[in-house]
Amino acid sequence: MTDISMGNSSHPRKTTSLHSIDARTKRRNASETRFRYYGISAVFIGLLFLVFLAASILRSGLPVFTQWTLNTSFSLTQEEFDKAEKSILKTKSYESLFNQFLLEKLQRKGIDLEFDKKSIERILGKTGGILREYYRSNPDKLGEPVDFALSTSSRIDGYFKGRIKRENVTDSRFLQKSDIDLAEAMRDSGLIKRAFNWNFIFGADSGVDNPGGAGIGASVVGSFFMMLVVLLLSLPIGVAASIYLEEFAPQNRITDIIEVNISNLAAVPSIVFGILGLAVFIQFLHLPQSAPLVGGLVLALMTLPTIIISTRVSLKAVPPSIRDAALGVGASKMQSVFHHVLPLAMPGILTGTIIGLAQALGETAPLLIIGMVGFVARGYPETFLDGFVEPNSAMPAQIYTWAARADAGFYEKAWGGIIILLAFLLSMNIIAIILRRRFERRW
Amino acid sequence: MNANSIKITSRNVQVYYGDTHAIKDVNVDIQDKSVTAFIGPSGCGKSTFLRCLNRMNDTIDICQVSGDIQLDGEDIYDKRVDPVQLRAKVGMVFQKPNPFPKSIYDNVAYGPRIHGLAKNKGELDDIVEKSLRRGAIWDEVKDRLDEPGTGLSGGQQQRLCIARAVATEPEVLLMDEPCSALDPIATAQIEELIDELRENYSVIIVTHSMQQAARVSQKTAFFHLGNLVEFGETGEIFTNPRDERTESYITGRIG
Repeated sequence: MTDISMGNSSHPRKTTSLHSIDARTKRRNASETRFRYYGISAVFIGLLFLVFLAASILRSGLPVFTQWTLNTSFSLTQEEFDKAEKSILKTKSYESLFNQFLLEKLQRKGIDLEFDKKSIERILGKTGGILREYYRSNPDKLGEPVDFALSTSSRIDGYFKGRIKRENVTDSRFLQKSDIDLAEAMRDSGLIKRAFNWNFIFGADSGVDNPGGAGIGASVVGSFFMMLVVLLLSLPIGVAASIYLEEFAPQNRITDIIEVNISNLAAVPSIVFGILGLAVFIQFLHLPQSAPLVGGLVLALMTLPTIIISTRVSLKAVPPSIRDAALGVGASKMQSVFHHVLPLAMPGILTGTIIGLAQALGETAPLLIIGMVGFVARGYPETFLDGFVEPNSAMPAQIYTWAARADAGFYEKAWGGIIILLAFLLSMNIIAIILRRRFERRW
Repeated sequence: MNANSIKITSRNVQVYYGDTHAIKDVNVDIQDKSVTAFIGPSGCGKSTFLRCLNRMNDTIDICQVSGDIQLDGEDIYDKRVDPVQLRAKVGMVFQKPNPFPKSIYDNVAYGPRIHGLAKNKGELDDIVEKSLRRGAIWDEVKDRLDEPGTGLSGGQQQRLCIARAVATEPEVLLMDEPCSALDPIATAQIEELIDELRENYSVIIVTHSMQQAARVSQKTAFFHLGNLVEFGETGEIFTNPRDERTESYITGRIG
């Protein structure tokens, strides 16, 4: 065994210097460097896509958070109100009163343009309806000046935001070049200003011809009630099922079959759960259509496998020595699980639950099947319990409905809706991280 | 009480892991207020037999125990016996120190709490202090009872586990290689502690170290391939073994 040190051995050994690197080592180092560059470029490409995605979402979606609005103080006397209510075309009378008022206002500002009466309707939408609705529900405001904020129509708003170019406008019943001149004059004189669009965040869906009035608030509420149902159902059922399967159930063929099927359920496309929900909850159990309760039931079914799988993984990760320790001092099986194993598995369970909820929050297809389409989100529920059964939509379904509408104003709304949806998902992920940090303990 | 009274008797005990016959026909009488050591090569069944004595093997689905094990004359595998009650009487210390990821106080107080041994906080405090003193760790931890037990050193953790085991007022203490994860100084402390525990408990210790068995035990049982080969006074076993296999093992020829 001392051949090496003996000079005259039968196998002469070539002496190599540590300072010169042989070809084999060079090749190995080169391949390692290559691999490192592959990795860096993969990460870089991923980041590039992310930046591109975020930039395009923000670029297309941010304009929706502002709205070009006409702010004006308008007053209506009792006589004018009575006269308008007695006329045959009621909203038309309100509109002509307002047009008269606006005309005088423009003249005082020194704006002297040629335009027809329809122009104002094309710029500001149906003002008569808004005024009539307001004064009928607030008759005490008659005779005193009231501040109105009237949104400009989607086309004028789009023109100010750069979505519509003057050279592309062909005169039609929706927009004429002269309208643009008038609107610009109104903007230059300070009548029309850019304002934060609270209605987009707190409002409800509007009709297909009024993208300016559409808001996502009602469907946020729909999503909230749905998530409540999902959480209340899938967390206790999922955790109880996993604890039983992991800690109590005997290992036999039946539990094997259950296990395989839970994994399979996690891979079932969501639209299958949607059609199942339609058949079972609506057609068989006669639960109300388009209700967040049904949406929540369907999404709970979808979320269960995720929660069960992540809970079982975190239960498995608790070292068996902790169970032995508890049993060793005379704790029952259940005490050892609830006093020691479950608290240690909690961070994993919570993370899995929030990931499951985030998945459910972004799910669209099953909601469309059970009728939670965007246009049913017309208002807020009156009471807390109504929130579960009143027809409503959810954020992703609302976004889908908007994206499918013809008016380009809705397309912009869809992007804005995506920003809101992503904000919710991001905050849920942050909550998951905080919870995991707080509950994490070492053993 | 007679120092030589018998605490645990086992007759014709067989253990099967599935198809494997792990323990074959073990008959042994374990004395009260003394230390009994189980020695033998790895896989000889000494730990398996130890875990039969407080029915920890119940948690393993494929493990089957037959034969007769009596604690104070009562069959511990009787249908009427709840293993939870048995384990309060027969405490256990494991190979790797396994304190709960809770405070030192809660580690010791957990057993008394679930068995309802203390009527109020004051009594519980007394039990915790008494147990930590018995575990010979009181002086080191008395000022930091609310710190996590997992933050102690390995030897301290093991003494904490012993304190936790004695807190439920057991009559028998089972120790499964309690020093195998510890350094020599911590081992010496635990051995000293075992010698003190002998005054109040019947202690059974599984060990790989023959020196340790010789130092701490009064009786020694040698297991080989699932058989109890020889059982007797520790001095006898180490100086004058009757069986050839025992001799080979303690002289280092097998094992």
